[in-house]
Amino acid sequence: MARDFAWIRPEPWGIHVVPADTWIDPARAVPHALVTHGHADHARGGHGVTVATPETLAIMDLRYQTREGATPVAYGETIRLKGGVDVTYVPAGHVLGSAQILLEHAGERVVVTGDYKRRPDPTCPPFEVTPCDIFVTEATFGLPLFTHPPIAEEMAKLLGRLAAHPDRCVLVGAYALGKAQRVIAELRAAGHHAPIYLHGALERMCRLYEEFGVDLGELRLVSGATKDEMRGHVVVCPPSALNDRWSRRLPDPITAMASGWMRVRQRARQRNVELPLVISDHADWGELTRTVEEVNPSETWITHGREEALLRWHQLHQRRARALALVGYEDEDD
Amino acid sequence: MERFAALIDALVYTRSRNEKLRLIAEYLRETPDPDRGWALAALTGGLDFPAVKSSAIRTLLTERGDPVLWALSRDFVGDTAETASLLWPQPATRPDPPSVSETVDLLSKMTRKSVFSELPALMDRLDPSGRYALLKLATGAMRIGVSSRLAKVAFAQAFDVPVEEVEEHWHGLVPPYEPLFAWAAHGAKPPDTANLPTFRPFMLAHPLEDAVVDLADYVAEWKWDGIRVQLVRMAGETRLYSRGGDDISGTFPELLDALPMDAVLDGELLVRGSHQGGEAGGAASFNALQQRLGRKTVSKKMLAEYPAFVRLYDVLILEGEDLRDRPWSERRATLERLMDRLSDSRFDLSQVVEAIDFDHLGQIRAGARDDAIEGLMLKRRDSPYVAGRKTGLWYKWKRDPLLIDCVLMYAQRGSGKRSSFYSDYTFGCWDGDPDAGAELLPVGKAYSGFTDAELKKIDRHVRTHTVNRFGPVRETDRSLVFEVAFDSVHESKRHKSGLAMRFPRIHRIRWDKPPHEADRIESLRALIRD
Repeated sequence: MARDFAWIRPEPWGIHVVPADTWIDPARAVPHALVTHGHADHARGGHGVTVATPETLAIMDLRYQTREGATPVAYGETIRLKGGVDVTYVPAGHVLGSAQILLEHAGERVVVTGDYKRRPDPTCPPFEVTPCDIFVTEATFGLPLFTHPPIAEEMAKLLGRLAAHPDRCVLVGAYALGKAQRVIAELRAAGHHAPIYLHGALERMCRLYEEFGVDLGELRLVSGATKDEMRGHVVVCPPSALNDRWSRRLPDPITAMASGWMRVRQRARQRNVELPLVISDHADWGELTRTVEEVNPSETWITHGREEALLRWHQLHQRRARALALVGYEDEDD
Repeated sequence: MERFAALIDALVYTRSRNEKLRLIAEYLRETPDPDRGWALAALTGGLDFPAVKSSAIRTLLTERGDPVLWALSRDFVGDTAETASLLWPQPATRPDPPSVSETVDLLSKMTRKSVFSELPALMDRLDPSGRYALLKLATGAMRIGVSSRLAKVAFAQAFDVPVEEVEEHWHGLVPPYEPLFAWAAHGAKPPDTANLPTFRPFMLAHPLEDAVVDLADYVAEWKWDGIRVQLVRMAGETRLYSRGGDDISGTFPELLDALPMDAVLDGELLVRGSHQGGEAGGAASFNALQQRLGRKTVSKKMLAEYPAFVRLYDVLILEGEDLRDRPWSERRATLERLMDRLSDSRFDLSQVVEAIDFDHLGQIRAGARDDAIEGLMLKRRDSPYVAGRKTGLWYKWKRDPLLIDCVLMYAQRGSGKRSSFYSDYTFGCWDGDPDAGAELLPVGKAYSGFTDAELKKIDRHVRTHTVNRFGPVRETDRSLVFEVAFDSVHESKRHKSGLAMRFPRIHRIRWDKPPHEADRIESLRALIRD
């Protein structure tokens, strides 16, 4: 039987599942949406019905105050949509609540990863390999130069710099959803139990993580602290606050940023970063290619990122692939 | 090599000039000879390994991996050495990393053939930071925000010696500069360069900006549009140096037997041409001089068509006598007397511009039509000749730039700290009436004149107005107008428009201006002065 997968169509603003008339991570408001995770480029407000994990729905509620139409689905649970499409949410290992979406229709299986990584993360369950016919993958770090080092090395760098400058603080710029909480949880895992100071914009998301059982240790707000008490401590803020006037209240901060882009020196320089921490919630080149090999689909669709290089890799390995021209996904802050 | 690699990384991530100075000074104090000398040479661009070039690294990487993946990676990173350091597979076991001296020794022994086996062996001995430092050191272009001047200031700071003396001694020496360290760090006698044809640091000028000077204290001279040179003859041996102290003697052999006495002269190198200025013979535009620049060998035809000469500004040393402490007026008198002993075909004197007062001088500057004039120089009559830019002694007062409205056509990603931004712009003018179907023809390229915030905005414009991609280049929908400033415009075969601008830079971004109101080629052509 010829498989043409006519029931699933990439459109510029999202992936359309035709028989169910639903969209995956649509870039504009639609009557029915399946959302992989809570990052703003994937989860937008204003849909009629939003199907997502309870964690993702809670994150979306925090950001858009929209509870209406929220339809929770647990990891591993399968729901049937109209037109005979079965949908299962599978852990993606990207951030709290992040999922790959497995779609099954007429004997054909499609997996849409959203964003994912293969490294262990204390704040969310690990990525699960799900065999399928079409594998729709991200490619944010889809260039062979991207190898994320073990996170323990980056933590050692951070703590080493902190210890060498007891009169200063280390200010870590980290994406407000996911990266910030992962950095804090990894610092705890590395044995750092001192209070960690937060920019106000991170507070509610950290509390939400704690409500879902992620232990972040003692957190304090920068706004309630004196310069002196923050000396020798870690302060976490969103990347946009790194070079902002806000940071003047800190004791001579050493500017760090936790991002996969920090692998490239000039990217760190562009953001005035003194201490680059190569920490990413996305798969690096090795993880991307290994995942395709393990999932072993008959065809790969590449949604966003450095799609040309990953396409080339498929070509070199005699695998079928195509790049989808989706709008609006670009994760410069990861 | 690990200590050097750590220094390079720290410099990359440090913005503050003082912190950079501190890092380099600390390294120079704590590292033994000859490693620190080689490192200093690397920072000041003093190393050259003819067999190890960017092209060799590219070949090495594309042969070991996929050329397409290499090209995509290189385009993303914007730097060959860094891309290679990141793409290089990490060997399972790593032997001892080499010292800087061993690295330099190995690199200097490589041939164009052996580089393909010996460089990989060296890379396998290093981690990614070490590989980055190695490739930067090997290929010369460090691009880590450290100028050769900054490194010399750091050297002076490390050992608490005056930077002018460092500059003076520097040029007689070769890496790893052991006599220089012996002098600065251990109080040995300074290296004797008085009788060597070495470079003496140039005296430079500050822009005048909006200041006004009194012509009783300052003298005005034309600022010629050639290249500033220093012609040195010591103990009968002659060298020609460019502004940065590079030896360019080989490019202008006709000047090497032109000096009949030992002397150090400061002047502007120009070539003869039909569009004249000055007294004897006159100079062609910079465009003509460009035919002679950057050549390693010079043909007889070149020598005949574009003969070079030096328009003299100053005399630093004459027949063993150092005149640099004397006032400008005294040096000028010496120079004027010297002219009788120099050949007219190779030298003339940069004339003093006479004006009644400063306003009058402004009128003379505005009325200057000669294409070889860049503007005016204002020099204090009592100024000694001192290295660098000393406030209040010399000013440059450049001619106002020409302006024209052009339309953005193509954008290319920058390199270095602009590696993710579309920061190099090709723009065009209309070849007729745009409302009657005229087309845009490229007239120039610019990558400066805008702020970081404006760069971000233009970058966003390029990304959202792309109609075509050619590798790293994007073609835009031609909807953005730049007001472009430039110093002059010439006939050129390089562009389809037949015109080429000198020093084009973005003057203003005209977000408000519709593209069909941009200028036409004929308006640009009307600005040709020669």
